[in-house]
Amino acid sequence: MILFLGFVLTFGSSWAGLVYAPRLQLGGLDSVGEAGTAQAYPRVRTEQEERGKRVYEANGCLYCHSQQIRSTTFGNNADIARGWGRRRSVPRDYVNDQPILLGTMRTGPDLANVGQRWSADWQHKHLYNPRMMVPKSIMPSLRFLYEIRPMVDGKPSPEAIALTGAWAAEIPEGSEVIPTEDAKALVAYLLSLDQSADLPEARE
Amino acid sequence: MREMKPNAVPTAEEMRRASLERVAIDASCRRAVLTWYASAVFWLLVGSTFALLASFKMHIPDWLTESGWLTFGRVRPAHLNTVAFGWGSMAGIASAIWMMARLGRVELKYGGLLVVAAMIWNIGIAVGAGGILLGHSTSIEWLEMPRPAPIILAVSLLIVSACIFVNFTRRRERHVYVSQWYILGAMFWMPMLYITAQWLCVELPARGVVQSAVNWWFAHNVLGLWVTPMGLATAYYLIPKVIGRPVYSYYLSIIGFWSLALFYSWAGMHHLVGGPMPAWMISASIVGSMMMLVPVGAVAVNHHFTMQGHFHELKHSPTLRFVVFGAMSYTVVSVQGAFESLRQFSEVAHFTHYTIAHAHLGMYGFFTMVMFGSGYYMIPRMTGREWASNWLIRLHFWSCALGIIMYFVTLTYGGWLQGLMLINPDVKFIEIVVKLTPYLHGRSMAGCLMTFGHVVFGLSLVLNLSGVGKRFGGGR
Repeated sequence: MILFLGFVLTFGSSWAGLVYAPRLQLGGLDSVGEAGTAQAYPRVRTEQEERGKRVYEANGCLYCHSQQIRSTTFGNNADIARGWGRRRSVPRDYVNDQPILLGTMRTGPDLANVGQRWSADWQHKHLYNPRMMVPKSIMPSLRFLYEIRPMVDGKPSPEAIALTGAWAAEIPEGSEVIPTEDAKALVAYLLSLDQSADLPEARE
Repeated sequence: MREMKPNAVPTAEEMRRASLERVAIDASCRRAVLTWYASAVFWLLVGSTFALLASFKMHIPDWLTESGWLTFGRVRPAHLNTVAFGWGSMAGIASAIWMMARLGRVELKYGGLLVVAAMIWNIGIAVGAGGILLGHSTSIEWLEMPRPAPIILAVSLLIVSACIFVNFTRRRERHVYVSQWYILGAMFWMPMLYITAQWLCVELPARGVVQSAVNWWFAHNVLGLWVTPMGLATAYYLIPKVIGRPVYSYYLSIIGFWSLALFYSWAGMHHLVGGPMPAWMISASIVGSMMMLVPVGAVAVNHHFTMQGHFHELKHSPTLRFVVFGAMSYTVVSVQGAFESLRQFSEVAHFTHYTIAHAHLGMYGFFTMVMFGSGYYMIPRMTGREWASNWLIRLHFWSCALGIIMYFVTLTYGGWLQGLMLINPDVKFIEIVVKLTPYLHGRSMAGCLMTFGHVVFGLSLVLNLSGVGKRFGGGR
């Protein structure tokens, strides 16, 4: 029947063009350097970083944050000029990402290289309440990843998040804010985001 | 297309027999169509609640943050999946089941199986949305629902497709009308798309950016090869039906259908413009997107000339009012979409609320409004009751119509400003966030208006299903 032949051909053409062809072209792409070692780029993530990536996925970070630096010729080179990265992103940067988290929205800044920008301490404070670090931020607080508990022997533990201002007054006297394993993993993942390695195909 | 011979006026006897035939067909669809449509409206209300939560959270970021399940990043995909796969797909399937029976002039068979499929589908959406809220989202846009939800949905989808195809082969009317092509196409494409995309993104994932290509090939084709064909099929059926004259041009409808099938399926990569993808892929999609002007033009001209001289009927028929609003939005959103794919345009619009506004004009201004119109036409024929209150229908139309216009205008303008600031590195990022706040408030207000309309519609539907309203003289 001609109708069905048409359905198959139109559908098949786009499948061949947009699914099969890129697979042929890029499916074999791999890390540079010794694969599976810390010297390779992109390196394989640690278990904790992978867990952090799952926290990132579960809580939908990608609906506001992209992870891609666009070419110097795109959009007045704004991505690089804003300090979000030193070079454009290329397919090889993502070969270890499953799922890949390129993102399609920038309600918040790009995170492709966020690991270079902030310390673990800053990230924890910011995740606990973004407005503690960036007063006008509209990012949701991820305080459900933190535990408020009484201090042991009245002394703060080394892991505790040092709250400031109104946020310090919000928690009961004598208690402290401790990151859960998920929070630590998420921060480890964020710190691992770094596309600064020099790749020949990224040069422009 | 039904052959309409202008000089062959049907006799009274022929008209009576045709009317009885339609009553019998409507009765055969009753349980299946009501189950699918009522479930759809349920998910619309659930999805609207998620939408409002997500929207308000954008300007009240410390609201409901004590536990993870209502955090923005979970509520937002829960909204998308409940409205796209709960409301949109289920309402589309309800309309498709009924139109296929009407156009094939044969009573629906396997109606009971379709009721079971609706139940399976509902379970799938509930499991999927629940999974997202509990923190199991796959984080792949449009495919967020975690296992086993996709498997449940795929089973139901295959049952629906099979039922539609089997009923099609049993048809008594040999001529195949344009609405039937669209529905058959959608029912053929969607299972293939869904299964391929699940396979290559979740089960046996393609590596790196190839996965993004599959992701947006799928996500854009859900719109192009599933939602749009069902919406257009409904518009093509109901506009001529309500005004009582055939579609303006048979040939334009052929051109419109095949060019849509060919070009829309290539359009998805514009979501990755500027990204780390081979340039030829983005270019191919930009060509596909621009070529979409052909089917859109064909449909727009065809509907306009069908309506010409009958625009005054918009006042009296709620179905027509909703469907024509939808058809006009389709033209606007598609022309906008074609140009939006261009690189120069995307440099500003990409990564901004401009895209969100565009998506809502398509899924809501076009598809949802057409599906409301379809409900207003079908439901009385299924329940044998007229709608209880015209006043409620008018309230529904105006709150949704004004709501989506306000939504679109606010976010289009705000999104464009956002885009201009994003590509100007001299504007600090936090300044963009601050400047955007009024538009986010505007979005929340528009969302309240639309949700209010949905509650009114839900009320109308519940009244109708519980037997309130005048008896409907069937057969039309």
